[in-house]
Amino acid sequence: MSTPVGSRPALTWVVNLSVILLVALWTLPTFGILVSSLRDKDQLAISGWWTALTPAERNIVARSAPPEEAQPVGDNYALTGNVFEGGSGKAAAFGISSRDPSAFPVGESAELRGGGMLTVEPNGDYEIVYKERPEPGRGQRIFVSSVEPPKFTTENYENVLFSEGLGKSFINTMTVTIPATVIPILIAAYAAYALAWMEFPGRALLLAAIVGLLVVPLQMSLIPLLRLYNTIGIGKSFIGIWLAHTGFGLPLAIYLLRNYMAGLPREIIESARVDGASDFDIFRKIILPLSFPALASFAIFQFLWVWNDLLVATVFLGNNEEQLVLTGRLRELLGSYGGNWEILTASAFVAIVVPILVFFAMQRYLVRGLLAGSVKGG
Amino acid sequence: MAISSNETAPSAGSPGPASFLLHLVIALAIMIAGIVFAVLCAVAVFAALNTVLPDIKLIQAVLVMMLGVAACFGYFWGSNRLLDIIYPPRGSRVAENINAANGIRPWLFLGPAIVILGVYLVYPVVNSIVLSFHGPSGESWVGGANYAWLAQDAAFRESMRNNILWLIVVPAAATFFGLIAAALTDRIGWGNVAKSLIFMPMAISFVGASVIWKFIYDYRAQGSEQIGILNAIVTFFGAEPQAWITIPFWNNFFLMVILIWIQTGFAMVILSAALRGIPEETIEAAIIDGASPFQIFYKIKVPQIWGTIAVVWTTITILVLKVFDIVLAMTNGQWGSQVLANYMFDWMFRGLDFGRASTIALVIMAMVTPIMVWNIREARKDMK
Repeated sequence: MSTPVGSRPALTWVVNLSVILLVALWTLPTFGILVSSLRDKDQLAISGWWTALTPAERNIVARSAPPEEAQPVGDNYALTGNVFEGGSGKAAAFGISSRDPSAFPVGESAELRGGGMLTVEPNGDYEIVYKERPEPGRGQRIFVSSVEPPKFTTENYENVLFSEGLGKSFINTMTVTIPATVIPILIAAYAAYALAWMEFPGRALLLAAIVGLLVVPLQMSLIPLLRLYNTIGIGKSFIGIWLAHTGFGLPLAIYLLRNYMAGLPREIIESARVDGASDFDIFRKIILPLSFPALASFAIFQFLWVWNDLLVATVFLGNNEEQLVLTGRLRELLGSYGGNWEILTASAFVAIVVPILVFFAMQRYLVRGLLAGSVKGG
Repeated sequence: MAISSNETAPSAGSPGPASFLLHLVIALAIMIAGIVFAVLCAVAVFAALNTVLPDIKLIQAVLVMMLGVAACFGYFWGSNRLLDIIYPPRGSRVAENINAANGIRPWLFLGPAIVILGVYLVYPVVNSIVLSFHGPSGESWVGGANYAWLAQDAAFRESMRNNILWLIVVPAAATFFGLIAAALTDRIGWGNVAKSLIFMPMAISFVGASVIWKFIYDYRAQGSEQIGILNAIVTFFGAEPQAWITIPFWNNFFLMVILIWIQTGFAMVILSAALRGIPEETIEAAIIDGASPFQIFYKIKVPQIWGTIAVVWTTITILVLKVFDIVLAMTNGQWGSQVLANYMFDWMFRGLDFGRASTIALVIMAMVTPIMVWNIREARKDMK
């Protein structure tokens, strides 16, 4: 398409910059939690994720070895060690009281109240020099503000997957999602074929009813179904939630598939009929393979919807370890670890990574489905 | 499109209501037989396999899935077979048999779908209406007491006000940004990549998105380093950091941003397809007349896609009415951010009052109904 933009370089620049800005706004939030989930949790707690690549400033409190371990050096007694205790870092300043933890630059000496001079070197080595043999007691507290190199780790993921129970929830979500995606497709495909290519009284009415059911809010169904489930003894079980998701996904499935099947060329179906094929054979051997794009569209819709669902899972599955799905777990973590971002960001990423992969892999079908069935609100 | 024009009616003349009912009854009988057959097969296979396979949930899920699929096929195959046995398409009465079978078969194909839709969507609507006239556990009749309570309930009014705010802001903003994004990305070389990235939040769950945005809104007391990017920006410009999601009234908008962020991609994809479908002649004519790109967009293109904009708008509207996860995860309705869907959930699980919860659900349903009627009318227009 020829647009007037091509001839105006200034406008092209504006368009490009605007799109860059839009894309940044729409991707940075997700990128932020991805970066954060990979950062060291101490660094994550005190600096923004956009500083992840710059060295982090951190205040630590170390305690020197007890004074009685001081060794005689010439006339004096000296106590040595390292404030980082095996770790690495770059000390910038140190102090001897919590009121002013960075009172002295590294390399200088500070006089201790109990006698003795404390020196901290940039690499964290400290030395306390006493004029006389010091009294035994507790070690001196040393406050050090250090500059640490950026640290990245997969520890957060190991933690949430294995100790916070996210791994189990991941399996639960899979257990809910796979059958809840496949079952409605089959049931809907037959119904859609009947609505598209078979003649029977009441067909128009049924179609109208299905379009109407597309928008019935889930909230309507929760209480009646919960009561029904309890009455007939399904209770909170996987079979209950599979059927529930099947029910809620069926109107969209039938609607999408019927529209697609009705658009298939009539000649194919009629010539098959003339050849003596039954409706059952026509459906199985001709319609079903031809409808693959529509089946894929619905499958990805339903997959995303079921994977990301919180409401149906909260109502129809238990809140216990055995049945909690990813979204439910994420919500629980959000409640109990409001400020522990290393747990929340890693968990959130675990919960969204599969849908995002599916999304990028099957985007074409998703778009096609959206264009065909944009009546349902998600 | 195919509704009125496919398949010739049976030559024996269209079946009367009596034979239609007869067909339904036979279909029902065959359906029940088919379902029993399918379930029996599935149970037998399940029992057999269950003793062999290890007790791991994922394996069981895959197993159940395969059995479900097998049962579905079993039903459709079995019921069809039964129909062919009852009305064989050969012999002396072949014409009558084929007619009868053709009358019954659609109902066999539709049967499971109708049963499930009935149980999961139609029955609940009726049952909710009944429950709304009953007490907490659904047993005692209370007449209009739930509605009277609703009318004077302050939290309900707050939810209604917030829902109306959501209904105005979210569809408008998502459609607007979607339109801008569609118009801009269609003009550049890397437009498809940009589209993909703007579309991506659509794949993220509302809870996941809530975590993402809660991280953005994160608040630390003034003086300490902000790790939420919004407060970092605010303090960079010298202002005081805010606990954004606890500021009454305005926090609604901070929650809406999340849904707008998710839905813009949807609006963009649909509107972009519509923009591309505009006939080029109209645009070329406008260019020749010396219209600027902005004039072309607002005066030529947008008016031609009003229909699509309306579809996008109503679709997002329906979604907004059901919004629940975001509010539950971000504030759980505190600080004046309650919405209907979350308030209903509150009465269902914390208030344990099914009567009141059903009444709130009916309010949501009532708000969806105009869109439902409009959709049905549009769909029927398309089919004619």
